[in-house]
Amino acid sequence: MAATQEEIVEGLAEIVNEIAGIPTEDVAIEKSFTDDLDVDSLSMVEVVVAAEERFDVKIPDEDVKNLKTVGDAADYILKHQA
Amino acid sequence: MSKIKPAKGSPYARILGVGGYRPTRVVSNEVILETIDSSDEWIRSRSGIATRHWASPQETVAAMSVEASGKALADAGISPEQIGAVIVSTVSHFKQTPAVATEIAHRIGAVKPAAFDISAGCAGFGYGLTLAKGLVVEGSAQYVLVIGVERLSDLTDLEDRATAFLFGDGAGAVVVGPSDEPAIGPTVWGSEGDKSETIKQTVPWDEYRSTDSDQKFPAITQEGQAVFRWAVFEMAKVAQQALDAAGITAEDLDVFIPHQANMRIIDSMVKTLKLPEHVTVARDVETTGNTSAASIPLAMERLLATGAAKSGDTALVIGFGAGLVYAATVVTLP
Repeated sequence: MAATQEEIVEGLAEIVNEIAGIPTEDVAIEKSFTDDLDVDSLSMVEVVVAAEERFDVKIPDEDVKNLKTVGDAADYILKHQA
Repeated sequence: MSKIKPAKGSPYARILGVGGYRPTRVVSNEVILETIDSSDEWIRSRSGIATRHWASPQETVAAMSVEASGKALADAGISPEQIGAVIVSTVSHFKQTPAVATEIAHRIGAVKPAAFDISAGCAGFGYGLTLAKGLVVEGSAQYVLVIGVERLSDLTDLEDRATAFLFGDGAGAVVVGPSDEPAIGPTVWGSEGDKSETIKQTVPWDEYRSTDSDQKFPAITQEGQAVFRWAVFEMAKVAQQALDAAGITAEDLDVFIPHQANMRIIDSMVKTLKLPEHVTVARDVETTGNTSAASIPLAMERLLATGAAKSGDTALVIGFGAGLVYAATVVTLP
């Protein structure tokens, strides 16, 4: 069953926590991965790959750069999940 | 039809000795920061690189290779006259004709060995090792010298903040020879030409020659995120396939020597592969930078020299880079 936006944000929070050590409660829709959550370009790749596995979605390299905020990523996953 | 007699090879092959050469000049991140707007902290956090070696005009591709080869021969206890083939992997030898392998072979005192260069980027050592194993087992050469050598400082754009800090120079060499038992596993290797633009030389030589004088000298450039994803997640699969092909598991490994591209790639690979705590991981990139084809033998030599690894240890080596190309195999350390 497809995940809701809320579930996706929760899942992203766990992923960001695991990869960058950011507390899950800090991960919210309006937060920027690089500016607010200290996720650099390489960690972002790890976040994306983990999100692909978790939500059964493909996020190509050329789309990764458009995912600036947690909300951007959640919307992308919501739209593209299988 | 006449009957053709086959060559008499060895049942198996092994790495008998390893040697490395690092240029005398050590270049700190502070020097890199003279030409890019960045910081020591940024460079270290993105790459794990603190220093690298850059070659002087005298430390040519051939000169560095001769030094590394001499050490590898001494380590193997093999004399230059016994070498039947010399394989050199490099992308940064600017004189393409003749192959630099012939000059190196001559300078180390080998006697008319087969000698040739190969181009397989950062997978060059694994490609060379695989060819060498084939020659020894098939019988075309009893002892083969495999050299990975680069002067990547010559192909670095010092004003590119994404790559200026990345590359280093050096040479690593191994002697491959006969063995009574398997000591070089099956190679899992391949290429993905659809990703040829991911890591590349900015401008081809002929185009550079024919364009305006303000065209920057060719340099190596890459799409960082795409390379990172491929290197960590696709190469972890290849590494696992090499373990499977050798009939062992990560538990059986003593040492992991990935191409020293970037510490972040190494750390993520270790995590993705779920390598056990007891496996020693090569992290030579911190003080050597990315030396492409030279990185694996250089890292191997350092692990053995410092005692972090020992002769007889089982090591997984994996190279990956421009092409894109890759090669992974399990070896017994010399």
